[in-house]
Amino acid sequence: MFQIYCPYCEELREEEEFHPKGQAHIVRPADPEACSDEEWGDYLFFRDNPRGIHHEMWVHAVGCRKFFNVTRHTVSYAILETYKIGEQPSVTAEPSAGEAAASTADVRQGVRA
Amino acid sequence: MSDSALSRVNLFDSRADHASVAVESPLAYSLQRSGAPAPSAASRVVLREQAFLGHLILRGGAIVLDEALREVLDTGLPGRPNTLSWDASGERSIQWLSPDEWLLIVPGGEAFAVERRLRERLADASFAIVDVSGGQTLLTLEGEAVPELLMKSVVYDVDPSHFAVGKGVNTVFAKATAIVRRSGETRWELVVRRSFADYCYRWLLDAGEEYAIGVER
Ligand SMILES: [Zn+2]
Repeated sequence: MFQIYCPYCEELREEEEFHPKGQAHIVRPADPEACSDEEWGDYLFFRDNPRGIHHEMWVHAVGCRKFFNVTRHTVSYAILETYKIGEQPSVTAEPSAGEAAASTADVRQGVRA
Repeated sequence: MSDSALSRVNLFDSRADHASVAVESPLAYSLQRSGAPAPSAASRVVLREQAFLGHLILRGGAIVLDEALREVLDTGLPGRPNTLSWDASGERSIQWLSPDEWLLIVPGGEAFAVERRLRERLADASFAIVDVSGGQTLLTLEGEAVPELLMKSVVYDVDPSHFAVGKGVNTVFAKATAIVRRSGETRWELVVRRSFADYCYRWLLDAGEEYAIGVER
């Protein structure tokens, strides 16, 4: 069982109901005409590939069909939080070793067995 | 139509000629060709299609839709995600599908009138109503073995202690999707799409064989 908390359904649901949709918080340039080719290319094609904390967009494809955001650790695959579109993440930095140990119980819900 | 808000949408009664035009439910083929074992005393699950009901998708803000529904149908929107509520007669249900989307099911032949009255009442509010009656159908499953049957079919936790009466979710059903709802102690409902109806029906017959599933016609 691998479950993800949908912030709109307000409950844990099976992974099978979700699809990942790539990096979150990508802002479309306000004035595309004023972009250089490089700025526009970055916006369209280039994505972060961090080792550690990553903010991603997911969609509850077979449930409420809403997009929402996930903060996921790309090494442990642990889902650290999920939050609605338009909201900002509360987890933005690697926890220290002490914090990581203390919060293991909280994140286990998001770890693939 | 004189009303300016109404004139912007092409509203028509998709069943206006239902007396003269033959209609077939999404399960018409399956009931003929895929078998329909009669219910017996041993049946721990009984399946029945509630064909030709009116299914309306309502989209918009919860407050404005709730007010309109209370006026038109004397029942409001369910208050919580993944729940549904019924009107006093129990014949009309309204289910949360997403934060701005609900499924309203009314008795057959009523959808057009209800949609029209809702549109009149909602006037210039930002909303959408889509009649999806032809695209899906409601199946009822009755019996004490229904949770066991569903446990073989969906990934969602359908244990009756977790899945209270009045709960309804859109989830994976076998290799398709369906809405699963619980309308009574031993009474559950599935809303399946027309294109998946035969597959879901045959899945239910197969999965329900050990409970001597019967089909009421
Ligand atoms: Zn959801």
